[in-house]
Amino acid sequence: MKLPSLREVGTEAKLLLIGIPVFIWTMVPIYHMFLFAISPKEDAFSGKLWPAHPTFKNFEIVFYQQHYFLRDFWIQFWNSTVIALAAGALTLFVATAAAFSISRLKVPGGRWVMNLALFTYFIPAAFLAVPMYRTMGNYGLLNNHWSLILAMVTIASPYAIWVLKQASDKLPVELDEAATMDGATTLQLFRLVYVPLMMPSLVAIGTYAVLLAWNEYLYAFLLLSKDTDITLPVALGNFLAADDSPWELLMTTGFIYALPPAAVYYAFKRYMVGGLTAGAVKS
Amino acid sequence: MAITISGSDSIPGPPLSSRLTTQQVWGIALLAPYLLVFLAFVVYPVGYGLWLARNPASYVALYNDPIFTRAAVNTLIFLVVGINVKMLIALFLSGFFAQQRPWIKWLSVIFILPWAVPSIPTILSVRFMLNPEWGVVNQLIFKFTGDDGPNWLNDPAVALAMAIGVHIWKSLPFWTLILLTGRLAISHDLYEASEVDGANWWQKFRFITWPSMQTLYVTCTLLSMIWTLGDFNSVYLLTGGGPADLTHVLSTLGIRYLRLDQLSLAMASIVVAMPLVLPLVYFMMKRLSR
Repeated sequence: MKLPSLREVGTEAKLLLIGIPVFIWTMVPIYHMFLFAISPKEDAFSGKLWPAHPTFKNFEIVFYQQHYFLRDFWIQFWNSTVIALAAGALTLFVATAAAFSISRLKVPGGRWVMNLALFTYFIPAAFLAVPMYRTMGNYGLLNNHWSLILAMVTIASPYAIWVLKQASDKLPVELDEAATMDGATTLQLFRLVYVPLMMPSLVAIGTYAVLLAWNEYLYAFLLLSKDTDITLPVALGNFLAADDSPWELLMTTGFIYALPPAAVYYAFKRYMVGGLTAGAVKS
Repeated sequence: MAITISGSDSIPGPPLSSRLTTQQVWGIALLAPYLLVFLAFVVYPVGYGLWLARNPASYVALYNDPIFTRAAVNTLIFLVVGINVKMLIALFLSGFFAQQRPWIKWLSVIFILPWAVPSIPTILSVRFMLNPEWGVVNQLIFKFTGDDGPNWLNDPAVALAMAIGVHIWKSLPFWTLILLTGRLAISHDLYEASEVDGANWWQKFRFITWPSMQTLYVTCTLLSMIWTLGDFNSVYLLTGGGPADLTHVLSTLGIRYLRLDQLSLAMASIVVAMPLVLPLVYFMMKRLSR
């Protein structure tokens, strides 16, 4: 076996000198959350790096809703799920139709609509929150799940349309011509040619919209307020309202809430990082 | 128009002009859902918001509110410090993650976690870590020095710094990966040729890496500026704007006014940010619609 040269060892050491702090920096808040989740109440505040008696008791308390703050856990979990899936499906529908219309049917004014959509995409959502809150009040949708779903569709669609338009511009125009020549109607063209070819982008955009809605805090806490209407992140925020909030249960709930999006993210990673986002900053 | 449509259905191989019309009708029909969403949830709210902010008196009130001035300064600090520190670290780390090592590959999978998980639980986790009595940070300080640690989130300067830290923690992986894609697109031959010429690492960065990445870096910085302006969670969930409303930024200030039922102030505080936001937004829109 050839021993590594001194220089190689030096390079490796330098890389480790960067890698170890990066690892610690990344993991500390997440590990801290995990530590609380597996610690019994009396261990949680001991400041140890591993609890003396690790336990799943906290998860049990959350799952069986055995605490005042958690009495609506499952219904809130359900609310989060329904809202995320509905926002994802609706965004897909709205954005696919619009992208098809702009990119394939070359509808007059399509480019203009695209620019308008991009404009809204870049306006920070936090700035739109106050007028959106009032608007939902005017529409009589406050405390109704539809308000959050529609708000999420509004925020997710511009980027969705842009990504789908970019992808569909790459499909050869001869495809449409051939299909039309064979007597396909526009709807058949959409259903039988366009959607199947766009599948990878549709999966990516659907995932993007679902994660966006699942993770949303600001709009959720503005638009929904009843304990049985709110989503999980709002419930987590409500823990803070009390001075004696049970941290270990809050962290356990937070951990459970963070797991599904992380899993989805890693499952669709190759769509999420490269494909979806690199386009936004293409030089 | 209805006649043309039914006509084109019955005659096989309709003339070009009428087929175009059907296509256009479909085009408008398929664009309609988005246009409806846009009108109902963008145009109407924005117009209504501007109407609420129409009174010049609210701008005077805003100008006289010390919390607004403080928030504007905080926003500026948040932007200047947060973005530059984040982008410089991202640029540096993109070079680190470009190294071909199995363990670095694994580290990059872990490194993306802050971006992949929702921000609420992790920010609350940091908030608990910094709790003066029970938080793990001060417990460790007490254990090793016997002294009580500082009351982290009770000092506005420290609290704002911590909020910037949380913001960087959350968004650093994203920008590192974007810059990494830019780095990996640079031809390897260039580096090999420069090595033959005896270039050191700084010369390689200065003459190969930076020239091919500067456009990307600037675009990323601008985009990050827009997104950082809209970062509500990092400040609101960590400090709640406190202590004594001294750590607000523009994105949380509007919500504060809303909760105090000062709607016209809330809208005015958003409108005054527009001269900063709109040029950036316009620039990014032009960039993407090419």
